Amino acid sequence: MSENKIIETIYKAIEEVNIGMDEKLCTNGGPNLTLYGEGSPLDSLGLVSLIVNIESNIEDVFNTTISLANEKAVSQKNSPFKTVGSLATYINTLLGKDND
Amino acid sequence: MTDKPIMLITGARKGIGRYLVEYYLKKDFFVIGCSRSESEITDSNYLHYCLDVSNEKKIKDMFRDIRNKLGKLDVLINNAGIASMNHALLTPLDSVQAMMTTNFTGTFLFCREAGKLMKKNNFGRIVNFTTVATKMRLEGEAIYVATKAAVQSLTEVLSRELAPDGITVNAMGPTPIETDLIRSVPKDKIEKITDRLAIKRLGNFSDVSNVVNFYISKQSDYITGQTVFLGGI
Repeated sequence: MSENKIIETIYKAIEEVNIGMDEKLCTNGGPNLTLYGEGSPLDSLGLVSLIVNIESNIEDVFNTTISLANEKAVSQKNSPFKTVGSLATYINTLLGKDND
Repeated sequence: MTDKPIMLITGARKGIGRYLVEYYLKKDFFVIGCSRSESEITDSNYLHYCLDVSNEKKIKDMFRDIRNKLGKLDVLINNAGIASMNHALLTPLDSVQAMMTTNFTGTFLFCREAGKLMKKNNFGRIVNFTTVATKMRLEGEAIYVATKAAVQSLTEVLSRELAPDGITVNAMGPTPIETDLIRSVPKDKIEKITDRLAIKRLGNFSDVSNVVNFYISKQSDYITGQTVFLGGI
């Protein structure tokens, strides 16, 4: 899978989530943009919205369903939700598994 | 796509679910039903999916299809349920797991996926089904009652989690109604239940739709996390 295409999908979801936020996430921060944690305006409910939007955008673009917030991802020491890049890599892994 | 309000009903093939499908088609809704087997309903405003309410993949695929075909979901009626009467000491694990999976897990999965779709529109109405048996602490229905009590608790917490997205989540607890679910229950057992109600009769389908109408009304946007029991328990 193209990680760039996944990053585009993540940014589309960021734009959707930004609509309801006073302090917005940057939409051109590349793969290093911090999604969650220190330096991000996203609170826990904002992260829920972002994940839901990314899941449905991934469904549209890649024609498959994925669950981003599984127990393993939530408990990983280096959270895949930290940056756009780490999330894209994580999604790529999930999509690869789906195609196995 | 359709301009009509879109409602999804689980357990749509028979009983209360079938009644609600026909009732809301008459009220000019676009109705989506699902059940383990095919439906006999043929209506241009009805779409049926064959699935088990505990099959997560099939549920996700169905919601993706709904999103692609219809773009939104206004109302979810989580009606699918199974019951089995037995003394707790004689209840097999298989029965426990089957009831928990259909009644609780199924309700949760549909709430979760419907919530994702409704959130996009900042509007939604979810109605879950519990039972008067939870309030009566009915002997012989320990597991059924426990699964439905779990549905009530789920409803209460979800109402808070989904409120910011304009989604209300409520539950209703019907009395016994003449459906397949109670057909195998001895008549004297049913009479014992109705004798404990303020209004001593079996419920009707219209008693159910009356409560559903209240919950799903646009004016009920300040009603969430509630359970209405029929019959006066």
